[in-house]
This record gives sequence, structure tokens and C-alpha cells, in this order.
Amino acid sequence: MKTDDLIAMLGTNVEPVDGKYLLRAVGGAIAASSLVAVAAILLTFGFRADLTTRGALIFVISKLAFTVVTIALSAIMLTRLARPGGERRVSIAWMVLPFAAILLLAAASLASAPSAHWERMIVGDQWLECLLSIPIIAIVPFAAVIWIVRRMAPTDLRRTGALAGLVSGSISAAAYALHCMDDSLPFVALWYGGTIILCTAAGTVFGPRLLRW
Amino acid sequence: MRETETGLKSLMLAGLKGDATAHRSLLSQLAGYLRAYFRRQLARIGRSAADAEDLVQEVLLAIHTRRHTYDPVEPLTPWVHAIARYKLIDHLRRTRASMSNVPIDDAAELVAQEDQGGAESSHDLGRLLGQLPERTRRVIESVKLEGLSVAETASRYGLSESNVKVSIHRGLRALAAAIAREQQ
Repeated sequence: MKTDDLIAMLGTNVEPVDGKYLLRAVGGAIAASSLVAVAAILLTFGFRADLTTRGALIFVISKLAFTVVTIALSAIMLTRLARPGGERRVSIAWMVLPFAAILLLAAASLASAPSAHWERMIVGDQWLECLLSIPIIAIVPFAAVIWIVRRMAPTDLRRTGALAGLVSGSISAAAYALHCMDDSLPFVALWYGGTIILCTAAGTVFGPRLLRW
Repeated sequence: MRETETGLKSLMLAGLKGDATAHRSLLSQLAGYLRAYFRRQLARIGRSAADAEDLVQEVLLAIHTRRHTYDPVEPLTPWVHAIARYKLIDHLRRTRASMSNVPIDDAAELVAQEDQGGAESSHDLGRLLGQLPERTRRVIESVKLEGLSVAETASRYGLSESNVKVSIHRGLRALAAAIAREQQ
């Protein structure tokens, strides 16, 4: 095939391109899969019974603050990584911030509690449920995000995969927060933070295989 | 380099709005830069330059089918360079070369030289099109080779216009994938 023939073919009947497509597609995938994750929690576990009481609301909001900040930051990074050369415009340091913040808060909360309570604060009631639910529910957002990003052109597939895992884990953790009754900060830091990092690691591993174009 | 960037970018912006002449002119200028770039890079790592034209065509197809990933507020050259470098590394990986010896290079490398020598890849367009599903192939031939409009093609085959557009887009991506497969 002559390159000139290929150019003639590509340059015939050129369709205009929607400049906002990438942002809308990635944003849409994240929004839609957030709804699916919340619905999955509602249908499997149900929301926590005391969700609307004042005492519970404070804890739910603080868990959501952590997870929603990670969703927002990783969504922004993902829209950059989805473009060729975008890896030069992302900074991983930003992603560490919410995790550092929750760890600090968890440490402060442990420091102010008697050491006899520490085990209970860290392990909680439902650590196993949390450890399993967040990664399992994250599969849906992960699939949706990967499916959309495959239409883009990421050139650093490991990092893009990692961010896809991070955003999916955060979406899943945010949805799980609506059910979870373990309210101590050390619990959130360890089991929410830990499972989100697990999802990120899985994304790093699968990214290069799933995203190749 | 700045003038090159300005010129290429204005062609790209016009092409994104649907200006076919600008788009064609962009692709043929980029083909010249890409050809020189790949020949130079392949020679630098001691590989045959024979694959350069395959890479040029693969990148042109990628540029065309993934135009929506270009952010108009950013310069164009680094975007094209990132695609070219990605495809070069992917090509070397597919052909089982060691990755460690791809020299670091920047966007300026891409437009450093031009090579407009008429060139042909090892791919046969007819054979590549033959791998596509029947309807996709006919739509691409009608719109992209015969030059019929999307509306004319739609009524010719009894399809909706959006159907024709989707078929073209999918078909071109399948074509890019088929080229990549043939290089293995």
C-alpha cells in the first residue's frame, strides 16, 4: 500500500470531531459506574439502617470525603493519561495526599484513645466483608473505565491502568461507605485505603494487557 | 521548529472541524516527518529501516482514528511524537527486540527532518480490506475510496447515516489493528 493512497483515503470525507468527547466519555463512565456501585451496595447489603441519623451521618460524610476526593483526583489524572504523552502532565504526589491525610487522622485518633481500644478500632466488626466487597464491586467501574479509555490513546499503559484501578477502587469504597458500620478512622485508613491500593495494584498489572492499541 | 508547529497545528484544528483538504495536507506533511523519524530511530538502534513505512502508516491511521484525544489548547508536535514513540516501542516489542536501547528523544526529534520519498509499505490495502466484515468494507470503499458522501452511501446500502459513520470509524480501527497484526 502506498502511503499517499492511505492519506488520500483518510482525507476523503473527513468528519468533524467533537472536542469534548474524551472528557464526556471518561466522566460519563465514572458517573454511570458510580451509580451502578451504589445500586449494587443497596441491593446486596442495603444501606446502614441509621444512615439518616445525625451521629451516623458525620461518619458517612467523613468516609465519603476521603473516597470522593480520591475519585475526583484520579478522574482528573485519568483524563490526562488517556491522551498521548499525558503521563508528562500527571503527578503521582497528588494522589498520595488523601491517603496521607487519612493516615494522619487515623494516627491522631489512635494516639488520643487508650491502647486497649486500639485493636477494636483497627479491626472493627466487618473487616473481612470490607476487604472482599470493595475489590469485587470495583470490577464493574474498572471494566467501564477500561472500556472507555481503550477508545482513547494512552501511551503509559501501566500508569493508566493504575489510575483506572484507583478510581474504580475509590468508587467502590465510596459506595461501600453507605453500608459500612465501622466508623473508626484507623479502620477506614487501613481497610478502605488498603483495598483501594489493592485495586490500584491490580490495575497496574492488567493495564498494559487491557489497554494496548 | 516553532513555525512547523504553528503550521501543523492550524491544519490539525481545521481538520478537526471537518476540513478534508487541511486534514490531507496535515497527514502528508506528518508522513514526511514520521518517515525520517522512524528511519533514523531504527538505524540508531541497529534495526532494518525496511519497517519504517509500516510504522508511518500505522501512526497515520492512529492519528486519524484517535484525533479526538488531541487537546486543542496543547501543542500538536508532542502529541504526534508521543503516538510515534508509543508505536515504535510497541513495534520493537512485537518483533522481540530489547527495549533497553531505545534512546530517549523529545518532540523536537520528530520534526527535525523530512523525507517525502514516495514510499510503500508491505501491506496490501485490498487484502486488509478483505479482512473486514462485508458491510464495513463496502461502506469504507464507498466513502473513503470512491468519495461518495455519507448520505449517498447510506441510501445506497439502505443504512442510516450514523450507522455509516460508525462503520467507517470501526472499520478504520480494525484496519489499524490488522496492520499491527501483520507486522508480528
